[in-house]
Amino acid sequence: MAATSTAPSAGAFRATRRRRAARSLVVTVSLAVAVVALFVLTMMVGSFRLGADEVVASVLHLRDDPSVDFVVRGLRLPTAASALAVGLALGAAGTIFQQLLRNPLASPDFVGINSGAGLAAITGIVLLQAGGLVVSGLALAGAAVAALLMYVLAWRDGVAGYRFILIGIGTTLFFDGLTGYMLTRAQLSDARQAMHWLTGSVGQAGDGELRLLLGAVLLLLPTAVLLQRQLRALELGDDTARALGIRTELGRAGLLATAVALTALAVAVAGPIVFVALVAGPIANRLLGPATGGIVPAALAGAALLLTADLIAVHLLPTPLPTGVVTGAVGAPYLLWLLATTNRQGAGG
Amino acid sequence: MSSSAPVARRASALGPGLAALCVLLALVAFLSVTLGSRSIGLPEVLRALGGLDQDGSITSTVTLELRVPRTLLGVLVGAALGVAGAILQGVTRNPLADAGIMGVNSGAAVFVVIAITVLGVRGAEVYVWFAFAGAIAALVLVYAIASLGREGATPVKLALAGAAVTAGLVSVTSGIVMTDVDALNELRFWQVGSLAGRYAPILAGVAPFLVIALIASLGFGRALNGLALGDDMARGLGQRVTRTRTAAFAVVAVLAGAATAACGPIVFVGLVVPHLARFICGPDYRWILPYSMLLAPIVLLLADVLGRVVAAPDELQVGVVLGVLGAPAFVGIVRYGRLSEA
Repeated sequence: MAATSTAPSAGAFRATRRRRAARSLVVTVSLAVAVVALFVLTMMVGSFRLGADEVVASVLHLRDDPSVDFVVRGLRLPTAASALAVGLALGAAGTIFQQLLRNPLASPDFVGINSGAGLAAITGIVLLQAGGLVVSGLALAGAAVAALLMYVLAWRDGVAGYRFILIGIGTTLFFDGLTGYMLTRAQLSDARQAMHWLTGSVGQAGDGELRLLLGAVLLLLPTAVLLQRQLRALELGDDTARALGIRTELGRAGLLATAVALTALAVAVAGPIVFVALVAGPIANRLLGPATGGIVPAALAGAALLLTADLIAVHLLPTPLPTGVVTGAVGAPYLLWLLATTNRQGAGG
Repeated sequence: MSSSAPVARRASALGPGLAALCVLLALVAFLSVTLGSRSIGLPEVLRALGGLDQDGSITSTVTLELRVPRTLLGVLVGAALGVAGAILQGVTRNPLADAGIMGVNSGAAVFVVIAITVLGVRGAEVYVWFAFAGAIAALVLVYAIASLGREGATPVKLALAGAAVTAGLVSVTSGIVMTDVDALNELRFWQVGSLAGRYAPILAGVAPFLVIALIASLGFGRALNGLALGDDMARGLGQRVTRTRTAAFAVVAVLAGAATAACGPIVFVGLVVPHLARFICGPDYRWILPYSMLLAPIVLLLADVLGRVVAAPDELQVGVVLGVLGAPAFVGIVRYGRLSEA
């Protein structure tokens, strides 16, 4: 941005662009390295400590040691993998929503998907005394119903940003009102279990949902990245994007569907862990500098955040707490620090 | 969105509309005093209010000690939340901004939970002050953080700082609640938001703050109109942007802090009513503020009355009614009405 204030030559433009691309690459690679390191670290610590080489060898099936295999593949890999997948999914979904709706507050928590899933799950816990797989299934169904509802309500000659946000607020408030009612009606023990679920935890994933989510992340992340060209143009506003020859509605619908699917599956696996989706994009953007808006860096930031939060929640605190308790405590100060130290005009999206 | 470009309505239509809303508010307030698990007729209400009936009869006790304070509280809190929401949406130029997203509810909740677990406090009339302090502390923190850095508190930084502080505080609250069942039990009833059980002493405590801040808030119309054009334009028009923002935030802190302290986090009103007001009177904040101030208590009291009547002799919390009935109504308006952009 600074380079454009003096009359720029083509060479200066190219240099700026190259510098941005380089910074973007450096940030993305460092985030990826951090995520892998955290992923391995999550599987090393615990009551039975392991070395990094043992963990890597066991995960990649390089060595055969039944006791290590049991601890790593049987106990720790599911939690670590679900933290990784949920973090990636939420980070990507969050930044897609924020850029599509051009609003830094427009995380998936706002569009009713989380609250629809929450209501369904809480109803299951309170009325049916359900647990485990049933709750996850209900959450997925709730998220799907909420997403469908949003689609039906917000679609009128396409999805306009402002209307989408307002209808998202309405839907969220509707579900939250019912959830609050359920909580006041519950037995105290059920209320506690319900609060635990509502806070969100990566340790509660079942095998089936986890596989589904991993598959979805592998499939949908590249899709989203491919659609990113369109996303970048949408940031300029609908009219400009249209003038650039981009079919705005199609691109928007495709991206929204991707983000919604990622969010719904993540919520079914780990509960509505707030804040990861909200903050991953802004954190990645602040790190990226002027080359904002990458989906991959945002997804990686989300994964790093969630893995760190899980490490703290399970190993550092005196009593193990659900992951969602810690995500805010980890991410919030970091985002605030970034906000306070970055002297640039709003890079939030 | 170009098809829904805002058309400023004429003052000649908006003025009488304001008067009509006043009448409607009076009507709803009257309903709120008379309806409930025990119906009270107009003559009895008037007699009780006139002080002719100080015989300690059940009717006059119910009227004077329960219904009237509750209704007054509803009017004040509703007005405060509506105006606070409108101002915040104007200051941050963000249609998603409301007191909740700026940390008010989470700040109040943290202080309430700490009061319960650490200090062993019980009872709404004590933790009203903790909630007030917490709400204001959270808002001050948000504004201070957003103001750091060269360009000061821009809308984007305000929104992000608010969201971040909220998330951090919610983490603390849920961490405490997860380890202390007593606190969870108190919190789950506090956090639905309700006018019930929060009567005369609380009203007397928060009313002065609310009245003063409400009067002050009406002076912000012009300034918010300027800010809506963007910071540079507002500065070009001779406004002191930073000072306006700080002052507006201070007013919002008092309004939303006192309202949340008195009734718990009542969502919906602060977020949605300003949009309704904008829907009626276009983008001019000189009209949006008074319309929000009147519409919000109408919505809040209606929901409260409904919650009392539907579930009598029990009652539904106003937060629940607002979500279940208000949200679909709002979605309908958004979907089928013509919108003006924030």
